[in-house]
Formats: sequence, C-alpha cells, structure tokens
Amino acid sequence: MSVRELKAGAITRAVEQLCLRANLTLPDDVHNAMQRAQDAEPWPLAKQTLGLLRQNEQDALAKNLPICQDTGMACVFIELGQDVHITGGALRDAVNEGVRRGYVGGYLRKSITGDPLRRRNTEDNTPAFLTVDLVPGDRCRITVAPKGAGSENMSRLGMLKPADGVQGVKDFVLETVRLAGSNPCPPIVLGVGVGGSFDKCAALAKHALLRGLDIPNPDPYYASLEWELCDAINALGIGPQGFGGATTCLGVAIEQAPTHVACLPVAVNINCHVTRRASAEL
Amino acid sequence: MQYQLNTPLTREALAPLRAGDTVLLSGTVYTARDAAHARMMELLDKGEALPFDIAGAAVYYVGPTPERPGQVIGAAGPTTAGRMDKFTPRLLDLGLACMIGKGKRDQAVKASVVKNGAVYLAALGGAGALMAASIESCEIIAWPDLGCEAVRRLRVRDMPLTVLLDAHGGDLYQSGPEAYLQSLV
Repeated sequence: MSVRELKAGAITRAVEQLCLRANLTLPDDVHNAMQRAQDAEPWPLAKQTLGLLRQNEQDALAKNLPICQDTGMACVFIELGQDVHITGGALRDAVNEGVRRGYVGGYLRKSITGDPLRRRNTEDNTPAFLTVDLVPGDRCRITVAPKGAGSENMSRLGMLKPADGVQGVKDFVLETVRLAGSNPCPPIVLGVGVGGSFDKCAALAKHALLRGLDIPNPDPYYASLEWELCDAINALGIGPQGFGGATTCLGVAIEQAPTHVACLPVAVNINCHVTRRASAEL
Repeated sequence: MQYQLNTPLTREALAPLRAGDTVLLSGTVYTARDAAHARMMELLDKGEALPFDIAGAAVYYVGPTPERPGQVIGAAGPTTAGRMDKFTPRLLDLGLACMIGKGKRDQAVKASVVKNGAVYLAALGGAGALMAASIESCEIIAWPDLGCEAVRRLRVRDMPLTVLLDAHGGDLYQSGPEAYLQSLV
C-alpha cells in the first residue's frame, strides 16, 4: 500500500472555505426540514415565525451575511486515512490557520476566549475544536460544524443507573429540552450520546449532530427511539423561538457505544435551527 | 396588537403592551452583553456614569459579526438574555425601559420589569441577517477592546420585535405554549 502525500496548505484552504460555506448557507437537509416544518405547522404564530426564520436564510444569502451572528466555535472533524502523509506542517496548525483565515477574512465573529476564567478573546476564533479519527484509506474528509453557545449552554450529561434503562434515557432527554425551553433558539436539533464513558458519551452527542436530519440511526432500535423522542419533544408545545407551536425539534440523532456494566451515561448536545456543517474530501 | 414605538421610551408608552404583541421599534438602541454588563456594574460600584443615558433606554443583547466594507453592521441577532439576569434589576431600577434579546429570565427580572413598568422584547434568535436589516447606523461608544461585546449605539427603524415580558406580569414563554397546547384539547 502506497502512502499519499497531502500538503498542509491544502487542508488550510479547505478549512477556510468550509468555515465560510457553513456560516453563510444551511445544509440542504436542514433547509428542507425547516420548509417541511413551516408547511406542516398548524399554529399561526409558529408558522409565521418559521417563515421569518426561512426569510433570514434568504437574506443571509442575498446580503452575503452569516445566517446567525454567533458564528460559533469552529468544531472541525477530520476523518484521516491512515495512508495519508501530511507534509509541510502540522495538521493542527494547518486547521487553525484555516479557521483564522476563514473567520478574519470572512467577516465572521471571533467568539473564542483563550482562557475560560481570564477571558481574553483570541481575536481570530482559534483554536479550532479539533477531532481526528484515523480511518482506513488514503482520503482526508474534513467537516466544519460551527457551534453556537446559546444551544451549547443548554446541553447536559447524566450518569444514569443501568436500572434506569431506556425510560431513564427518554426522561433525561425530555427534561433537558424542557429546562432549555426558549434559550437554544428552537426549533432545535438534538445530538444524543448513549453509553461509552463520561467523556466518550459527550463526544458521541456532538458527533451525532453531524448526521443529516434525513438519515436515521442504522440500528432500527435506535432509529425508532430517535423518532419517538422527536415526537415527544414536539408534543411539549415549546414551538419556534419558544412562542408555542408544534415545531420544537427538527430531528434527533443518537449515537450509542459500549459501556461498563455499572454505567449508563447519556449526553444531550442541543443545536439550534441554524444547524451548520460543511464537508470536503481531499 | 402591533405597536409602533420610538425611543426614549416612557412608562406610559409601554403600559399598553401585552406579552405576544408585536412592536416595530425606531430610534436609538444600545448594545450590551456579558462583558459590557460586567463593566457597567464596575462603573456603578465606583459611582461613575454609564456610557449612555439609561433612563428610558432600550438595550439590545447582541454581539454582531464585523461589517463588510459598505455595510452598516454584520449579522445582528439576539444572544441569550438570561446571562444578564444578575445585572438587570439594578439597571431597571435606574430607568432601563426595554431589553431586547431571547430566552428565559429569572423571577427577579420578571418582578423588576413589573415594578419598573419596563418590557422585555424578543428579537428572532438565529436570525442575524433579518435583524440587521432594520439597523441604519452603528457606532462603538465604549470599550472597543471588547470586540463584538463593545457597547454600540444603533439607530434602528421598524425593528421587528415581540413582547416576551410585559409590565403586568405577562410572559409569552408561558402563555404561548399554554395557548397552543390548549388548542389541541
């Protein structure tokens, strides 16, 4: 098996472009889900509100503006083929340079504080929140998923007891959404992690948000749980922006993983109606 | 009901508003969010003046994206207001009349809104481009070192807003979902 060389500069350019694309345009599946929600919404104020949110997406395109002013943490996910050899610089540096160029040159907001307590803005939105997954092959797939804080702050993790079972997981997810209420800019998208360890569970929830809203979990048991949770959330009546209505959640994506016999971790990562992600393969 | 309001805002002008009403706001709006609020509290603690006259003022919780050349402002939707709750009753007691943001407020803020005859209005969360369309001018008036969190003076025309908390104890985040759920019964 031969090794394919990939220049760090190509990664930088890809990340730069993905930061812009992700912040200025919605993925097709999210755009379509908003349209379907507006068409189906029976409550007049909610239907009107969904119409305005869709109008905002059009305005952003027409005026070359970000859809939302919180252009987020630059969450970057890389599936790196093990037969790729990166040349001309370190991967992490290449990604950070791409974020720097995308956010500074693209008039995106710099929302990162270099230290959580002393809170000085890094002024270029670095560092990226980088996750690298080593996979077979010689490709490099990069996804940039900017994550806003309004929804991030409403996310929760619970170390449930195994005896709590699937009902405990459902209760925890619904409680999280109820507590969040209007704060995360509904209609929301949920990434749910079930199992793993304390840290892996949170990572599963974040990673679940990368999956298209039109793609269910490949395991029918979890796919059914995703639909059940989405319906239960929409029955809460929170509605678009929390003003009331049938559309509270556009989709639930669950990722599950093996766990300890004594553990049942569940993590809920909330995303807003501006669920952003853009991918490229090098 | 829809109301046309102009700043500065008086208690009398705000009294008719009820949770769920819509407002088209014109005039001057000041931006302030987390870091600016912390600095305003430091000024008040030292007995110094705030960067703007708070009596009758409207404050928008927003950190816009940078404007491109030729633009007035970048995307400018609201941030979550609840993070400002601990500072808010003090500002309302000083005459702050109108807060613009999104998301839940605590009991102390709700009580202070009623006591002071103020309002809390919703801008559309996540609608950064749409909200920017009503902003005609933007000027940093304090703390430019705070970047997107600097205090800005905005001139707005017909900014589209929805009443969340009114001066009579109304709360759209309670009454809105309740009314929808009631419609299903």
